Amino acid sequence: MSSYTPSSSAGGVGSADSAAPRRNSKRPKYSKFTQQELPACKPILTPRWVISAFMLVSIVFIPIGVVSLLASRDVVEIIDRYETECVPQNFRNNRVSFIQSDANKTCTRRLTVTKHMKQPIYVYYQLDNFYQNHRRYVKSRSDSQLRDNSSWNDVSSCKPEDDSNGLPIVPCGLIAWSLFNDTYNFSLNNQQLAVNKREISWKSDRDHKFGNDVLPRNFQNGTLKGGKSLDPTVPLSQQEDLIVWMRTAALPTFRKLYGKIERDLQPNEVIHVTLENNYNTYSFNGKKKLVLSTTSWLGGKNDFLGIAYLTIGGLCFFLALSFTVVYLVKPRRLGDPSYLSWNRNPGGH
Amino acid sequence: MKRYVYINDNESSHKLYCDNRISNRKYTVLNFLPKNLWEQFGRFMNQYFLLIACLQLWSLITPVNPASTWGPLIFIFAVSASKEAWDDYNRYFSDKKANEKLVWVVRQGIRKHIQAQDIHVGNIVWLRENDEVPCDLVLIGTSDPQGLCYVETSALDGETDLKTRVIPATCMGIDFELLHKIKGVIECPNPDKDIRRFDANLRLFPPFIDNDVCPLTIKNTILQSCYLRNTEWACGVAVYTGNETKLGMSRGIPEPKLTAMDAMIDKLTGAIFVFQIVVVMVLGIAGNVWKDTEARKQWYVLYPLEGPWYELLVIPLRFELLCSIMIPISIKVSLDLVKSLYAKFIDWDSEMIDYETGIPSHATNTAISEDLGQVEYIMTDKTGTLTENRMIFRRCCISGVFYGNESGDALKDTKLLNAVAVSSPDVVQFVTVMAICNTVIPIKSKTGAILYKAQSQDEDALVNAAAQLHMVYANKNANILEIRFNGSVIKYELLEILEFTSDRKRMSVVVKDCQNGKFVLLSKGADEAILPYAYDGQQTRTFIEAVEQYAQLGLRTLCLAWRELKEDEYQEWSLMFKEASSTLVDREWRIAEVCQRLERDFEVLGVTAIEDRLQDGVPETIETLRKAGINFWMLTGDKQNTAIQIALSCNFISPEPKGQLLLIDGKTEDEVCRSLERVLLTMRITSSEPKDVAFVVDGWALEIALKHYRKVFTELAILSRTAICCRVTPSQKAQLVELLKSCDYRTLAIGDGGNDVRMIQQADIGVGISGREGLQAARAADYSIGKFRFLKRLILVHGRYSYNRTAFLSQYSFYKSLVICFIQILSFWN
Repeated sequence: MSSYTPSSSAGGVGSADSAAPRRNSKRPKYSKFTQQELPACKPILTPRWVISAFMLVSIVFIPIGVVSLLASRDVVEIIDRYETECVPQNFRNNRVSFIQSDANKTCTRRLTVTKHMKQPIYVYYQLDNFYQNHRRYVKSRSDSQLRDNSSWNDVSSCKPEDDSNGLPIVPCGLIAWSLFNDTYNFSLNNQQLAVNKREISWKSDRDHKFGNDVLPRNFQNGTLKGGKSLDPTVPLSQQEDLIVWMRTAALPTFRKLYGKIERDLQPNEVIHVTLENNYNTYSFNGKKKLVLSTTSWLGGKNDFLGIAYLTIGGLCFFLALSFTVVYLVKPRRLGDPSYLSWNRNPGGH
Repeated sequence: MKRYVYINDNESSHKLYCDNRISNRKYTVLNFLPKNLWEQFGRFMNQYFLLIACLQLWSLITPVNPASTWGPLIFIFAVSASKEAWDDYNRYFSDKKANEKLVWVVRQGIRKHIQAQDIHVGNIVWLRENDEVPCDLVLIGTSDPQGLCYVETSALDGETDLKTRVIPATCMGIDFELLHKIKGVIECPNPDKDIRRFDANLRLFPPFIDNDVCPLTIKNTILQSCYLRNTEWACGVAVYTGNETKLGMSRGIPEPKLTAMDAMIDKLTGAIFVFQIVVVMVLGIAGNVWKDTEARKQWYVLYPLEGPWYELLVIPLRFELLCSIMIPISIKVSLDLVKSLYAKFIDWDSEMIDYETGIPSHATNTAISEDLGQVEYIMTDKTGTLTENRMIFRRCCISGVFYGNESGDALKDTKLLNAVAVSSPDVVQFVTVMAICNTVIPIKSKTGAILYKAQSQDEDALVNAAAQLHMVYANKNANILEIRFNGSVIKYELLEILEFTSDRKRMSVVVKDCQNGKFVLLSKGADEAILPYAYDGQQTRTFIEAVEQYAQLGLRTLCLAWRELKEDEYQEWSLMFKEASSTLVDREWRIAEVCQRLERDFEVLGVTAIEDRLQDGVPETIETLRKAGINFWMLTGDKQNTAIQIALSCNFISPEPKGQLLLIDGKTEDEVCRSLERVLLTMRITSSEPKDVAFVVDGWALEIALKHYRKVFTELAILSRTAICCRVTPSQKAQLVELLKSCDYRTLAIGDGGNDVRMIQQADIGVGISGREGLQAARAADYSIGKFRFLKRLILVHGRYSYNRTAFLSQYSFYKSLVICFIQILSFWN
């Protein structure tokens, strides 16, 4: 900086600065961005603010919780666990060998309707301790093969159920191979109760993921038989049990739709179920349940949503109350600098 | 180690030293990819991610698509590699431009136009006005009959004022034509990066007479990247070339400073890594156990009975891959990005532009903005930092008579004006010292007015004041100084300059009065460097009083003194001085020792008092920052009284009832120890009271305290919110910063002059004020600002914003990574 330029005649200390104009040109143009003046807002969490926010949440959440809980309570469910009862007494100690034998596995159950059930009544089977989400299991399928007949031999991802007798299996993979094969027949007052097994799978699955020109081939032909066999004349897009089964469940306890009963059931009516107990859940101690259930506007019977809403709403209400009490009993000025760490403890830090 | 440069000897030095090709490039086209990758993989984080990415290629264990790691990894590598490539390309381009520039160089006795990269050590290089200097040269000739030339060194040290350079005495008066043929040897140290030191010798070969060895200093050199100004031509011998020049050596990457936040992030990353390993172990073992007990029973999974040998590893490795994103891969890149934006915000801020000089604030170090928000201690210099460093001569005391006490301005004091008018001998002598005991260069402007080029503000103020007292320092013609006093012209021959150093705290000149041929030593300096050396019998009481009185007013004092020398005394001393100035080792110390022999038995003439006003907004800034819980320490080289006065006037300490000043002094270890303990006791008692307690320590006591009572002093430093350390040297300033840093405090050092550079570099954050003492401090600093008051905005606005933003960003990065990771673990459960 050439700023030491006082002249001896004038004497005073001038600061004719030749550098100034050049430096000025470096100054950026004013803009809200460069000056960090863009509009922004940051709520200051004053007690009033916090209390009202909690209050608002609780006011909104608690009614929602009550409504969903009521809706869930409206749903009528009949659950029948049958995996033990459907094994004959003499096989109870050796259930695995029973299920693997050729013995007659037909079994009859009685279900009593407790409340009026409005149609449609959904029939589910529920499995327990069944890991459809196992890594080996989930990956063992070939989507291209299911979709399209032309890639019927695309079975590379299906190991170890990719081919049998040297020929590719359609549908290949562990999932299809282990298809659930218990069957249920319902009768009411000795009248056959019709179960509609159409449109129990996702429409998109039927239309796009499972081709209507793909016929089962070489299926369940191997030495090790898995689950249900498929009718080799019916294309996959119409094999709805398979489609439902192939939508693997995320958790080890799951329900899958079996069919729909399209008539109302009255209280104290007794339904006789004739079931074929074919599926082996005994080797891993899995439970099998048959479920008849109606639906509400919120879906099936599930209290979780309502309880969750009620818990959060209640918690917020409790917090709002306790903050109010603290605020009234021991108020504190906002932004009081004496609470800053270096003011609370002068000298030491 | 020395190097011998043979002037104009084309053969011998070619092989010994490198040519003048400058290369700042890190890479070549061929080695860019491997070298850059190697550098990037030097970082632990990158190694880790590479390992993960490679594991993912193994399809048996990969739970997710390998692209999810390879994608970000390649992107991040590409970003930093292309940034490096771009920088390197720019460096290559500017190197090429510099290397291919044409310069005039003497080859086989004829001047030739050659490319700058072909210059060799020992070549004679010719420069014209406004040429850039291509390598480090020792001047041997200029167009100026006195052998002077002017250079602008802004590229080297950032200072834009012109500096004078002079050819060595031996080369004085060599004919233009003969310069082509000059032969000789320069003995100089090996290349180093000190741009203020060049201790060398020059010996010319016959026929250029003089077997005498001529000492060379930095004054005789012009360094690479300077510009030749106001001089028609100059020529010099290349001594350092290429990357071995002073500029080339001082280039290099400074050690990066690590912010508290970075350290925290590193620690967190380490902790998360450990956590991740634990999670992987636990889940891996659980997975294996579950697989062996449960999964074998699940017929639908069809487990093979015998797995490969690595079967046990598969599940833990899978979990490792799932957990790998627990450590955020992107955090370094995103932090670098936002940090450079913070730095830009500081550069852009229009409220931190000094409108007087037009200097905007600048963040040199873009990586440490968030540390600004965590500063706990500010160490500040006084002169030029709190004050304006615009010196004005206010008062003086000449032989016991005080001038300027009534009006506050000695230059308007009629008493003094009258004394000058009647040529009262004491006063005339005093004003003469003011006018010529300095290194100021008078330059006649075109209008006839005389402009002074001074390196020091005090000298500038004194020369100007002398001029107003009709003692005009009119011209400097080689060694002849011309002074106009009351219409008559007085000439002095300048024989030696005993330059100012911060250790000697005084400077002197030896002149010969051309009228009566007397040799005179004129000195000026700090009181403790002058008054003890007064001749026996002189009463220095009034001067001590004057110094004290002025210091109480916050004025800077200088004592002026003189002594008549006998001719033979001077001649004898002059030989010693010459010998000392041509030593290669410990030159500075040897010179100081020799100077000491001459600077004694002074007749003290008087005391000058120079005012240095406070900068605008200093008290408010200090008060606001105090409220924010930041502690201030003032470290100054000035006197205790002056420092306390300034401290009072800028809210640094409070006056008596509210504040209390505790003095630590003493000359011996015991005294210092006792006073230290007393102060500490008082400090402990008062620490609970709402009272501002500050301690004051001077350089001497500080030296002892730091050496022998470091523990006690550290405790004191922690207890006190304010301290004033006066008479401290640059290295003590740095030591104090070090002391506070060792107590885990975040320190910020702010200063403006060369004596603050060490503390600025030592501190966590160095702030330089681009002020009147040049840009040395600003260059060394992480942030440079125009005025002290901008510190408020720098810390409280930019520091806080940066801190909050970085905190948010890094917390969010960790949060997001953990969440994604746990979702993955849950959803890919086996």
